[in-house]
Amino acid sequence: MSEYAAVVNTSVSHEAPLNVAQLRQEFPILSREINGRPLVYLDNAATCQKPEVVLRAQDHFLRHSNANIHRGLHTLSQEATDAFEHARRQLQQLINAPSEREIIFTRGTTEAINLVAQSWGRSQLQAGDEILVSMMEHHANIVPWQMLAEEKGLTLKVIPVDEQGVLDMAAYQALLSDRTRLVAVAHVSNALGTVNPVHEITRLAKTVDAVVLIDGAQGVPHVAVDVQQIGADFYALSGHKIYGPTGMGVLYGREALLEAMPPWQGGGEMIDQVSFEKTTYAGLPHKFEAGTPAIAEGVAMGRAAQWLMETGVERIGAWEHQLTRYATDQLKSTLPDIRIIGEAPGKAGVISFVLPHAHAQDIGLLIDQLGVAIRTGHHCAMPVLHHFGVNATARASFAAYNTKEEVDFFVESLVKVREMLA
Amino acid sequence: MSAQDAQQELLDEFEFFDNWMDRYQYIIDLGKQLPEYPDEWKTEAFKIEGCQSQVWIRPQRQGDYLHFDAISDAAIVSGLIAILMKIYNDRTPQDILETPPDSFMQALGLDKHLSPTRSNGLHAMIKRIFTIAQLEQ
Repeated sequence: MSEYAAVVNTSVSHEAPLNVAQLRQEFPILSREINGRPLVYLDNAATCQKPEVVLRAQDHFLRHSNANIHRGLHTLSQEATDAFEHARRQLQQLINAPSEREIIFTRGTTEAINLVAQSWGRSQLQAGDEILVSMMEHHANIVPWQMLAEEKGLTLKVIPVDEQGVLDMAAYQALLSDRTRLVAVAHVSNALGTVNPVHEITRLAKTVDAVVLIDGAQGVPHVAVDVQQIGADFYALSGHKIYGPTGMGVLYGREALLEAMPPWQGGGEMIDQVSFEKTTYAGLPHKFEAGTPAIAEGVAMGRAAQWLMETGVERIGAWEHQLTRYATDQLKSTLPDIRIIGEAPGKAGVISFVLPHAHAQDIGLLIDQLGVAIRTGHHCAMPVLHHFGVNATARASFAAYNTKEEVDFFVESLVKVREMLA
Repeated sequence: MSAQDAQQELLDEFEFFDNWMDRYQYIIDLGKQLPEYPDEWKTEAFKIEGCQSQVWIRPQRQGDYLHFDAISDAAIVSGLIAILMKIYNDRTPQDILETPPDSFMQALGLDKHLSPTRSNGLHAMIKRIFTIAQLEQ
């Protein structure tokens, strides 16, 4: 058998804390200078940088094994198929899905959610049915449901959040009814950092037999995910947020649900037999994978999942918590009038903030001159920002490779920027 | 002074700055010196929506000249507006049309702020100034 025969559980003992200095060496881009200063990359919630093993996996595939996958008889096609299907098992293991048939490759979280809306939603929902989303959702977990609601006469209801950015579970329970067909919530909010109690959300949804979709784009990079333990029906994630490439993501779906769902996009790869009279479809997971996918990116995403397991997502999460606490303390003591948007207990490595008399755009532009990359704007989560009475925030978000020294430099830089804008 | 002369004057001023902080500080200060833009002019008709910052520009024909009042809710964009106002405000339409901003802003090292992908409203503001100049020619 090839080197891709099985996904070996390589997760070593993760008791020792992360060796960040050593880990940084794995990321070539971190040695770059921006505007003549060392890069301080704090835009990880938008996309993460990639470790050497992931870069090599993609490069190696393209140099040595590139071919179109499935059905090819020649050696390269077999190798490519093996590599791609190996990636599927790596992703299956990352989220502990029962079967690789339940791992659908998509372009990313957004496409995964749209797949559920267009296939499951269009075939299963009817006028009067209700969909619950939370107020802190990314637009990718709002707009597909709005489009579907408009088309089918569904009602979209919104679970509120409190002033800390914590989901109002009492309100959620009150909104649940026998009309609730779907609950779609983020595992971790990209704008606030809130980690939602997805187990409890799922358990409650199941009391009214609602289907549950978790937007895990910000979840998998920070929290150990076990879809069986959560019990959700669908879980969506993006490769580029788990130290992998862009253009590839995953929809996990419970097999029984996926089996019952009609295909969404038609084309090659997803068929069994095609004639002008009748076409029959391929089995899972290929039924939902029309056309040639981003094969090299898929292989590299698999390697990224493996890297995440080897490095230990719990250790990464713990380090990011430390950084977030440290940064929050430093920011508050250095800039007493800073307003942090989202202060949920135990939140993930995201600090969204506003400074009086300093437009987020100005902060972002000026701090970039100092080599610090942060994101400014509405973070594709306009409803929740409006809830907090702001149109835009500046957001620093952490990954495994960020350091306390970088946090110090970020805070110093912010003070300088603040002085310039005063 | 023509629009071209105003450009040269700005280029001379910017030559003094040998670091980015001073340059941006100067731009921010220019923005603060923009004439007051009353709230009642912040209407939809005068608004240019950027992705992150907003720009308002109110054009007026004053004899042979085009007069503009403009402001942004962000400091650097306001400063860049102030620079553009030094070149384009109270000029004849002809003068405006003969003075494209690109090479000048490049010389100042500020051209990246004008690209359509920056979506800060400046690109659209310049387009509006030129459209008005064309119509009023």
